[in-house]
Amino acid sequence: MKLSRERLIQSDGAVSVLVVILGFLVGTILVALVGKNPLNMYKAILQALSGYNIDNGKMNVRYIGETLNYSVPFILCGLSMGFANRVGLFNIGGEGQYIMGMTVAQMVALLGPQIQGLHWVLAIVCAVLVGSLWGGLVGVLKAKYEVSEVVSTIMLNYIALYLSRIISLQMPGATTYKTADFPETALITNDFFTKITNYSLLNNGIFMMIIAVIVFWFIMEKTSLGFGMRATGFNKEAARASGIPVVKSIALSMAIAGAFAGLAGGIIALGSFKYGRVLSGMDNYGFDGIAVALVGNSTALGTTLAGLLFGMLKNAQALMQGKQIPKEITFIIQGMIVIFIALRSALILYQQHLDKMKLQKEVGVK
Amino acid sequence: MSMILGMLPSVLMIVAPILITAIGGMICEKSGVVNIALEGLMAIGACTAAAAHVLMEMAGVPQTLSLFLALFMGFVVGGLFSLIHAVAAINLNADQTISGTGINLLSTGVTIFASQILFNADRTKEFVMGMQTDALGIYPTAYIAVAVVVLSWILLYKLPFGMHLRACGEHPGAAESVGINVKKMRYFAVVSSGVLAGLAGGCVVLTQTIQYTSNTINGRGFIALAAVSFGRWSPLGVTGAAFLFGTAQAFTIIANNIPALKALPSEVFNILPYVVTLVALVLSSGKNYAPRAAGKPYEKGAS
Repeated sequence: MKLSRERLIQSDGAVSVLVVILGFLVGTILVALVGKNPLNMYKAILQALSGYNIDNGKMNVRYIGETLNYSVPFILCGLSMGFANRVGLFNIGGEGQYIMGMTVAQMVALLGPQIQGLHWVLAIVCAVLVGSLWGGLVGVLKAKYEVSEVVSTIMLNYIALYLSRIISLQMPGATTYKTADFPETALITNDFFTKITNYSLLNNGIFMMIIAVIVFWFIMEKTSLGFGMRATGFNKEAARASGIPVVKSIALSMAIAGAFAGLAGGIIALGSFKYGRVLSGMDNYGFDGIAVALVGNSTALGTTLAGLLFGMLKNAQALMQGKQIPKEITFIIQGMIVIFIALRSALILYQQHLDKMKLQKEVGVK
Repeated sequence: MSMILGMLPSVLMIVAPILITAIGGMICEKSGVVNIALEGLMAIGACTAAAAHVLMEMAGVPQTLSLFLALFMGFVVGGLFSLIHAVAAINLNADQTISGTGINLLSTGVTIFASQILFNADRTKEFVMGMQTDALGIYPTAYIAVAVVVLSWILLYKLPFGMHLRACGEHPGAAESVGINVKKMRYFAVVSSGVLAGLAGGCVVLTQTIQYTSNTINGRGFIALAAVSFGRWSPLGVTGAAFLFGTAQAFTIIANNIPALKALPSEVFNILPYVVTLVALVLSSGKNYAPRAAGKPYEKGAS
């Protein structure tokens, strides 16, 4: 296959790789500009990725486990944004859906029946349901009342945050920042993972994430429901004209999108913490999920890869801080990646310009 | 009645930055560009103003001059960052929601990164003294907000320039055909929203707190964004909307003085502005007041 400039510009995957490289480039330059050594940033990233500490030659598999564990909520929130995106919606509400899922999972963990094998399943199912309710509400508002999903999701994020505080403060043993410990039956820890990854927090959530990725792919690519949704995303009027229930598509897609983010909240609540949290601010997984989906072009595979990248960056933060690199550089890299994605429309303009030049040459216009 | 009057200063303190930002957002959307980066631009302005003020304070610059310069720097830096959105949305036909989201994400990184470099902490150093209230108990930011509203109204509705700007948001093709430079107009509008959001960020940090942290802006820019659509894209409407949201937010403080409300968890009042916004948007649905070309890239000669 010949690698042409044209083909590169048209390939979503290639552009995503380019955009990520550019993001890192800006980050590297910035670190150098403030007088730090960018090499330390990459050492931290290498350690987060492989567990290998290049400075003392020691290997610690815990870092691999943590990178995978951090990726889980990123991938799920990315799926949430991506699913809505394929229907032509911009789901900034992943954060709120995530918070609601987390809150309800905590509630079920603290108050639910302590039956081995059932307790955590119930908590996760409730998290998924409440996430999809929170997302579905946005869909209904959009479809029935034409409320812009951008504004309504932002409002629902903050409503979720404070609602979560109100609920969590009523939980048993609640102080200003945490509740009582969860019973064992509510946890989704995996002893095998804990052992082989040297006590990382990697847990059964990763299996749920993999199932979610497959479900995403299956609904989107293999069902008529997904077809209708994609058609709605491409051209709403054409979809309506060919008999696809557009209103239902929009509401349902937001509900499914919310389910993914709700699941992320449930997994974080039961997997990464042994007690319920009273949130004082947002975890930002939902917001980062927007970037994850954009980098991954809203596909199942792309979002998974992008989520792994973001998980790795998050894991590298503490390592960077230890090497005197402000960890916020990772946020800057992520922000720049999204800005570069917005700028990719320039590539289309460039291609149009090239086409025009070529055409002019062909017909002999000077 | 005296109690309501007593609340007025704190309501004004909270409303002023939201209103300033919302007016900027309104000008921007009037020209046909949607700017959801208001939140991030406020954060950048707030961080700049807080850092500038504390550094000048340490250097012994007189208080009034320092405050003025700090606000001015917030204004300028907010404008600079909005240029990213302008280039993306106006020159490159980018998706405006994506580039706005990018700036919002970037702002959390940039502000705290700068604090780490300048102050070796994840927040700016506390300044000794912020803005002071006047004899009526009102911060100067309230007067700035009034000036911004009046100026924006004159600009948009009383000058030919404003008519041209609005034309770019309604029908850019028609505007271009009568010789209006759509790109220039939109640049002006986006940068206006940037400088105003930056200024407003400075107002928040210098009146309501003593340093910049990642929590300082906490959704105010998003509330301003909602105020634009709830206020139906008119200066008077946006002012009303900003007051509604600001009052709801001020309730958190006010409720402490009213025994009957004190029993409720303070989070109930935190939720209020967002619920009010959401309900308001549902109620005002149906008729579309938005500028017709808002959010759509304009390509010369495309249609």
